[in-house]
Amino acid sequence: MSESKSILFGPIFDNNPIALQILGICSALAVTSNLNTTLIMCVALTLVVAFSNLFISLIRNHIPSSIRIIVQMTIIASLVIVVDQFLKAFAYNASKQLSVFVGLIITNCIVMGRAEAFAMKNTPGLSFLDGIGNGLGYSAILLGLGVIRELLGSGKLLGVEILPLVTEGGWYTANGMLLLPPSAFFLIGLFIWGLRAWKPKQVEPQEHPLSPQTKVVQAT
Amino acid sequence: MSSNDTVSKTLVVATLLCIICSVVVSSSAVLLRAKQAENKDLDRKRNILAAAGLLTEGRSIEELFARIEVKLVDFASGDYLQEGVNPQGYDQRKAAKDSAQNTLLSSQEDIASIKQRANIGVVYLAKNEQGELQSIILPVHGYGLWSTLYGFLALEKDAKTVAGLGFYEHAETPGLGGEVDNPVWKAQWSGKKLYNAQGQPDIKLYKGKVTDQIPQSEHKFDSLSGATITTRGVQNLLEFWVGDRGFGPYLKKLQSEGV
Repeated sequence: MSESKSILFGPIFDNNPIALQILGICSALAVTSNLNTTLIMCVALTLVVAFSNLFISLIRNHIPSSIRIIVQMTIIASLVIVVDQFLKAFAYNASKQLSVFVGLIITNCIVMGRAEAFAMKNTPGLSFLDGIGNGLGYSAILLGLGVIRELLGSGKLLGVEILPLVTEGGWYTANGMLLLPPSAFFLIGLFIWGLRAWKPKQVEPQEHPLSPQTKVVQAT
Repeated sequence: MSSNDTVSKTLVVATLLCIICSVVVSSSAVLLRAKQAENKDLDRKRNILAAAGLLTEGRSIEELFARIEVKLVDFASGDYLQEGVNPQGYDQRKAAKDSAQNTLLSSQEDIASIKQRANIGVVYLAKNEQGELQSIILPVHGYGLWSTLYGFLALEKDAKTVAGLGFYEHAETPGLGGEVDNPVWKAQWSGKKLYNAQGQPDIKLYKGKVTDQIPQSEHKFDSLSGATITTRGVQNLLEFWVGDRGFGPYLKKLQSEGV
């Protein structure tokens, strides 16, 4: 029980795919300028990771190692196309805003990474949970970004006005930079900083420590 | 495990996987196609209604769109096309890219930087409850700073006064050029005059707030601060689409003859 719990909830803070493994940054920059598209992207990615893990884990004992990456890609790509078709049919506006980024879930390193690192070695149940967990970890960061960017960038949340804008007769001057992709980069940096200050174990050891150039010589 | 790596097993796994995946993908595409086409159509109608300012809360898009008549116009002569192409199925954006259906614009003509224009244009005639013409909605597009702005221009029934202008697709900088979507900025369009006394297109951007004290204020619109090039693009695209190479001949006919 505790194992499945740690698989499910571990990726949220302890082993976050974005903040610790630094995967899936591209879509985190592109789709978080408003909360609505962010939510849909989170759901789409979580479903794809969970089900690709499940299916890959189900057939893991029959995948020839020489073509395993292609097999994983085929499964992931099929799932992404199905998700994209469903979005176009049932959430047309959001799918228009997400445009190519749904398709780009195929190349999201989180999906491929979990398939190769976890689903190939574990049972279907655990793999499915691992997929959901990593989706939640990705969603946690994305929702944080989405809330900050939409609230401070356009004074709204989910399209509902929270801070009335100066241009529409209110008092809040929107921070336009938060609507541009680079701002998400800065915010992710701040998140990682905060997370590592809270959990110092996540700080990576210095790869090339400098040796001191001078010795302290006692004054004579 | 080693038995997995034989050539025959590899081929069997690959074939089976491909068959299963292709069945899943193609069936989802086929089953959902009708719903997707419906969404696309609804989205286009919503854009037209929003640009014309006809979008009212609580009424369905289909219901509102029922009052709009779609007609095709030959750009060169300005006449309605009587037969040939079905207005419902005609896509002006697609036709503009098709060398059999478009006209290349020379650099002098091409003030909106769109390079080519379809030979046949779509116009939407919005009627009121009594079935009388209320406004004329024209599709317009032109280049701003980063992207082509696609929108609809709605005119009053005199065919020279603006009723509304809205863009449904662009990629201008959010907060600067992207403010062309701001409802406060869009509200200024109603009542602007497109033509001067000589019948030439005359609509210019103005730096600062356009008030009634400014001479010729009905020919001037507020340029967005920080978005000079985007608003210059808006000026250019209006000038083009109401000019001789755009809907000019058609609008002239409407002004002199009525519909």
